[in-house]
Amino acid sequence: MSTVQRTRTSFWRDALVRDVLSMALAMAIVGASLGAIAVSKGVPLWMITLMGAVVFAGGSEFMAVGLVTAGAAPITAVLSGLMLNARHLPFGLAVGGLLDRGWPTRLIGSHLMVDEAVAFAMAQRTPEQKRRAYWLTGIALYCAWAPSVFLGGLLGQGVGDPGAFGLDAAMPAALLALIMPSLREFRTLRAVAVGALIAVLTTPLLPEGLPVMVALVGVAAVLPLPKKLEGTR
Amino acid sequence: MTLGVVFALAAGTYAMRLAGPLLRGRLRISPQWEQLMSIAAIVLLGAFVATSALFESGGFAGWARFAGVAVGGVLAWRRAPFVLVVVAAAGTTALLRLFELAA
Repeated sequence: MSTVQRTRTSFWRDALVRDVLSMALAMAIVGASLGAIAVSKGVPLWMITLMGAVVFAGGSEFMAVGLVTAGAAPITAVLSGLMLNARHLPFGLAVGGLLDRGWPTRLIGSHLMVDEAVAFAMAQRTPEQKRRAYWLTGIALYCAWAPSVFLGGLLGQGVGDPGAFGLDAAMPAALLALIMPSLREFRTLRAVAVGALIAVLTTPLLPEGLPVMVALVGVAAVLPLPKKLEGTR
Repeated sequence: MTLGVVFALAAGTYAMRLAGPLLRGRLRISPQWEQLMSIAAIVLLGAFVATSALFESGGFAGWARFAGVAVGGVLAWRRAPFVLVVVAAAGTTALLRLFELAA
């Protein structure tokens, strides 16, 4: 009837919104398992919840909890986590243009920069759609993450193992689905194939996080850029 | 776990996240560079997918996870809806584990 109501209906029917929410649901279960694991290893509930809110990079949070509670030096946990998160720097160069609307946008948008937000943005066509997808994903996942870490820590072992639900396969599959449109362009596919191969081969040799950075060498596989693509953006 | 670890990890991660958008504000970036950086982001995501499909903490993650990601990948290639890709990947891995067909 009213404009508000119509907008709301179309918001919930939006395919992007549906996809982002299903991603947020899967992330919430992973977050709950992080909370449960951390509390079972003696990390205070408030501290793991705070970590979820201020770090907001799941992989490095699991890693830090695992290393510290296994007796590793704090500096080792911090440096390993930072290496795992190093990919955010090139991510920022790629999507930074979506955050160029003043300082608040830049400061808040940077904190929301997770793999999924970058992937949802890259899967869109126009800058306006990319911007919307980035913010929608970033905000939805941020709102899901720390509260689910808290709830998981509160409920403890009752949360269960995310591996039993296959969520460790769901996350990479979701990212793969998001980059699939880009992979239909042959040069990009070649660069990704070379990069992924390098990352897989170097994983047994390098500390976690670095193989993904080394994969950037694969970008060389697209050079030189074809003339016809130069003016497209 | 100490607050020092939490805040050092948070500060370092935020610095790396902010560096890209800050640099972008200072540089004039040509369309070619813009395109290369987009491809670089896809390469990073692709490498992240490949390593997380195969490895857990530096060791092989088991065939169940790999099979789930592979099923999801094929469905995505056939342009299946996003939610179906995610559910099929999780379901494949969960069922393989449930029936202990693959670890």
